[in-house]
Amino acid sequence: MAKISLRVNGKNQVIDAEPDMPLLYALRNDLQLNGPKFGCGLAQCGACTVVMDGNAIRSCVTPVSAAQKKPVTTLEGLGNTKKMHKIQQAFVDEQAAQCGYCINGMIMSTKALLDKTPKPTDSQIKEALAGNLCRCGTHIRILRAVKRASGQLA
Amino acid sequence: MKTMELNRRQFLKGTGALIVSFNLFPSSPLFGQSTVGPGIDADPTQLDSWLAIAPDGTVTVFTGKVDLGTGVETALAQIVAEELDVPFSRIHMIGLDTAKAINQGTTAGSRSIERGGPQLRQAAAAARQELLKLAAARLNSTPEKLAVKDGVVSVTGDTRKTVSYGQLIGGKQFNAKITATGTGWDMKVAPEVRAKDFKEYKVVGTSQKRIELPSKLTGEFVYAHDVRVPGMLHGRVVRPPTITSKPASIDDSTAKTVRGFVKVLQEGSFVGVVAESEWAAINAAKALKVTWTQPQTKMPASADEVFAILKNTKSLRDQVTVNKGNPDTALAQASKTYEATYRWPFQMHGMMGPSCAVADVGKDQATIYTGTQGSFETRKAVSELLGFPEKNVRVLYREASGSYGRMGADDVSEDAALLSRAVGKPVRVQWMRDDEHAWEPKGPAQLDLVRAGVDPQGKIIAWDFADRGFPLTAASGRGLRLLASRQIGMKPTADGNSNGTQGGGEMYAFDNQKCAAPLIPWVQADETPLRTGYLRAPGDIGRCFASESFIDEIAADQRVDPVQFRVRYLGENKRGTDALMAVTKQARWQERPSPAAGSSGTKAAGRGVAISNRAGSICGAVAEVEVDKSTGNVTVKRFVLAHDCGLIINPDGLKNQIEGNIIQGVSRALMEEVKFDATGIKTLDWKTYPVIRFPEVPEIDIVLINRPEMPALGGGEPSSAPIAAAIANAIFDAVGVRLREAPFTPERVLAGMKKA
Repeated sequence: MAKISLRVNGKNQVIDAEPDMPLLYALRNDLQLNGPKFGCGLAQCGACTVVMDGNAIRSCVTPVSAAQKKPVTTLEGLGNTKKMHKIQQAFVDEQAAQCGYCINGMIMSTKALLDKTPKPTDSQIKEALAGNLCRCGTHIRILRAVKRASGQLA
Repeated sequence: MKTMELNRRQFLKGTGALIVSFNLFPSSPLFGQSTVGPGIDADPTQLDSWLAIAPDGTVTVFTGKVDLGTGVETALAQIVAEELDVPFSRIHMIGLDTAKAINQGTTAGSRSIERGGPQLRQAAAAARQELLKLAAARLNSTPEKLAVKDGVVSVTGDTRKTVSYGQLIGGKQFNAKITATGTGWDMKVAPEVRAKDFKEYKVVGTSQKRIELPSKLTGEFVYAHDVRVPGMLHGRVVRPPTITSKPASIDDSTAKTVRGFVKVLQEGSFVGVVAESEWAAINAAKALKVTWTQPQTKMPASADEVFAILKNTKSLRDQVTVNKGNPDTALAQASKTYEATYRWPFQMHGMMGPSCAVADVGKDQATIYTGTQGSFETRKAVSELLGFPEKNVRVLYREASGSYGRMGADDVSEDAALLSRAVGKPVRVQWMRDDEHAWEPKGPAQLDLVRAGVDPQGKIIAWDFADRGFPLTAASGRGLRLLASRQIGMKPTADGNSNGTQGGGEMYAFDNQKCAAPLIPWVQADETPLRTGYLRAPGDIGRCFASESFIDEIAADQRVDPVQFRVRYLGENKRGTDALMAVTKQARWQERPSPAAGSSGTKAAGRGVAISNRAGSICGAVAEVEVDKSTGNVTVKRFVLAHDCGLIINPDGLKNQIEGNIIQGVSRALMEEVKFDATGIKTLDWKTYPVIRFPEVPEIDIVLINRPEMPALGGGEPSSAPIAAAIANAIFDAVGVRLREAPFTPERVLAGMKKA
């Protein structure tokens, strides 16, 4: 066990953890952030996605020690139901979820995409989200939500 | 809140045990309370069991239906709002709690709107009637002279005389009896109460936004995976190769060194670990070295072996749904006969979030938090597993990952219950990805044998359809047992449930016609990871693939346009014809026989059609595909679907479901197959069991056929049924290759092109 300093959603926090424990468990269990989800533990589905250093990363395979002192943003860091982030609002407007288990990853991958590419094309969006699986089949609505969040939908 | 306290005491008195985690209830207006009847469940003949109205006019509904991520809770809330004449935003649906909710049967089979809807509608109508009686007394009028708007009752013609529902009953109980006969899906609630005419509907039929969606998009929503109770430990399971192979030895020397390790549990072939943290539980499970004894049964070594079993084994029951005339005689007299065999593979639900539950088991009582599709079934399974009276087990539904039938077999609650009992503390169990891919109950393989004969004019005079499939054995209740129960030695007493019977061509009227779905016995004594369970539109996709491909084959051979050919046999089936016409119109279908004239380029385009009837909901589907002739790769470019599920409650919610069915259906048709050999399942992650990704998703065009004069039917799965068939027919149209085995992989397409 080691003391690990994290900077999550703008807040500095110190936790006691095995350095090789994936960041996901620190976020969910130590910091009680439910946004990032366990889907596969293999970086294959994207349910656990968070933004670290500006990139969408898979927290299920990122050792918590590798996240030390790096800015991490989770779904909770974007907004809440009282004050939603424009991406979250766009997902509401497009009703872009069914069970919603994958949606954390969709929104966080979108966040990283739009920060770098504010007006992505359809194929850029599909490419950015290609590693995020959705079993309910909400893809078309998600694509529209990303377009809307980037101000490209009338 | 006072009432809730009272009821908490009632509940505690009933169980004689302290139940933790009442503090876990969200701060919802839980003032009302269902009334426990003579048994252990809420009494459906008490109006108060169904709903309660708060002083502020908020309506809490104690529904026995759950939302599996399909939005059905929103649609049910619309039905209640409509019938009560209160704003939709004032309806509060509480999560199913077996200590409070009415048992309306499992949430499955696209039956929640069809069966659960009228139950809630009639209860709400009965409540409205009671409220009008109270209002009449208060306003010195008669119920006939009263009108309701937004939960405020007024006397017609005298606008000064008003009283709100909140003022009439807020926080108090109705204490009114209603009629309720039958149980579960078949319960008939207050049929004597007149509900609204559809012409008066204002909320039903509108696209209300999903109630729970905002909180899912911010991380505030509490999924089953997010439940934490005080003192909770974490568990993981270690499964055997099959349930009869027992641990010959367990070496826990390394597992014990994991910091936070608590315990290893072995009961029969059930092995699990408990640790203080989730990461410790994962590491301890990984470090556990278990040597298993030889299983009694070997897994089938290949899909061919499974299809041979399906072909050669005598059926348990033939499940004949249509038996008209004499197909054998007609076949003998036919001027031309056709025969084909179709294969549908084992497929997975593939929940994005693997199974997860929290159990808190005490000396003689248990509380379970789970995403089960059948809370009352879970209660029974856990009570039998633990040997507790059923009334001492309480199941609290927490929505989990979309389950598409998988959580009809709530295995993980049993795992959590065994581990919690072993340590005397609450335990959260989450399956790892390979646990889920290996042991989730699969949608079973099907072998469909079809024969038909035509007369000299090319008219089909004989149709003989047999869908040979396995029963669904991974379930609880009706003599079946879940995984952990089986592992500790509890035996099933039944041979399994039907995998459905629809989709064998019964939509058509042929002179001589037989449609059957013989159930072939499946390994029961020694359950293997090839377990069988309900998978969205159970069996219909495989049957529809076979029947709708076959009729297409005959149409092509007769050089008739496939739509025109179908219309000939739809006869009096008006809804079927309407759906077919609606979808072909929207798709701008060009009348001509298949296949299309060959193209010289590397890519060939094709279109295919299929129709289906799942639980009364009718679909017409048109797929437009592009086949790469050099690679065999199939791309579904566009999918058009016409959908008729009677009265539509929430058009946008329904569209969301249909889009999902199409996309999941395309995935299942093009790429999904569980691979296995004699040692186990080989597709244990998303690399080996690929599902559709963003770049592969087709454009979708949906036509909703609303029939407000009809009852509302389900929309959760019917549109899955025709997807694969339409794609297979489109592939044939594009390249002249008839695929009779799914999935339609590039290898199969290329192999077909070589043969052609």
